[in-house]
Amino acid sequence: MDPIHQFEIKTLFPIARIGATELAFTNSALFMLIALTVILLLTLAATRSRALVPGRLQTVAEMSYEFVAGTLRSTAGSEGMKFFPLVFSLFMFILVLNVIGIIPYTFTVTSHLIITVSLALLVFLTVLVYGFWTHGLHFLKLFVPSGIPIYILPLVTFIEVLSFLSRPVSHSVRLFANMLAGHITLKVFGGFVTMLGALGVVGWLGAILPLALTIALTALELLVAFLQAYVFAILTCIYLNDAIHPGH
Amino acid sequence: MDPQAAKMIGAGIACIGMGGAGVGVGTIFGHYLAAALRNPSAAQGQFGNLIFGFAVTEALGIFSLLIALLLLFAL
Repeated sequence: MDPIHQFEIKTLFPIARIGATELAFTNSALFMLIALTVILLLTLAATRSRALVPGRLQTVAEMSYEFVAGTLRSTAGSEGMKFFPLVFSLFMFILVLNVIGIIPYTFTVTSHLIITVSLALLVFLTVLVYGFWTHGLHFLKLFVPSGIPIYILPLVTFIEVLSFLSRPVSHSVRLFANMLAGHITLKVFGGFVTMLGALGVVGWLGAILPLALTIALTALELLVAFLQAYVFAILTCIYLNDAIHPGH
Repeated sequence: MDPQAAKMIGAGIACIGMGGAGVGVGTIFGHYLAAALRNPSAAQGQFGNLIFGFAVTEALGIFSLLIALLLLFAL
């Protein structure tokens, strides 16, 4: 009953070997493919009929579109809408991966730091490249807020640069840590149930409490899965807003 | 002291910092709820700001968790 065991990456079949690096199709890649298939099926099947009065599936797709579009428009303005495909893909990908991970015996891809760091660096580099590409050196005004007395300006600039550089760290570790901690907690409470259940009839009565808690925690994890995908998406919007409108 | 034990103790101490983030996140949601009950019609428009404040505050707790994880698994 090792609670860390669920995060183990298993090789399903090896693909190639380059030097000391082995490329393989793992359970992580499998669940990413499953998530991709779910998103594709959802969006393709929902937009197939394009009814004026939407059915259930079409409502889900329209709601997720409106939700992300509304978030992006309110934080980054209408100019931010050109980043809609990026934000929508990130939101749906993380949401579906998180929700699939709650199902027992599945693998949670977002509980691995390397995945979340890749996604966060993608956003960070997009902000950097787009900011310097459209605004040139004016992008650096992001670090020099206006209306600050000149004698504390160096300190404020230093803090702004530091907070900008720590963005990908907090952006990625937030998602990773929430998923990791939630799934470990679920497994620990599940372990209580099996340990008490091994004691016989008295243990079964005692196991009711951790079992109920496990169910409640699963519901909480469902909320966390959605909230973390939303937090990731809205932070992406806010960081993109800095690249679009760098002056404070 | 055994270096391994010192590492474990250090990781535990680093996690204390998350308590501060807990206080901060509680303050944010508490004040949001208090304000939302005073003016429920304006609450929906501030949801994005709520989540942003929550994320920025939580980031500081995450940094202390990161130190703990680094001590346990990386260093």
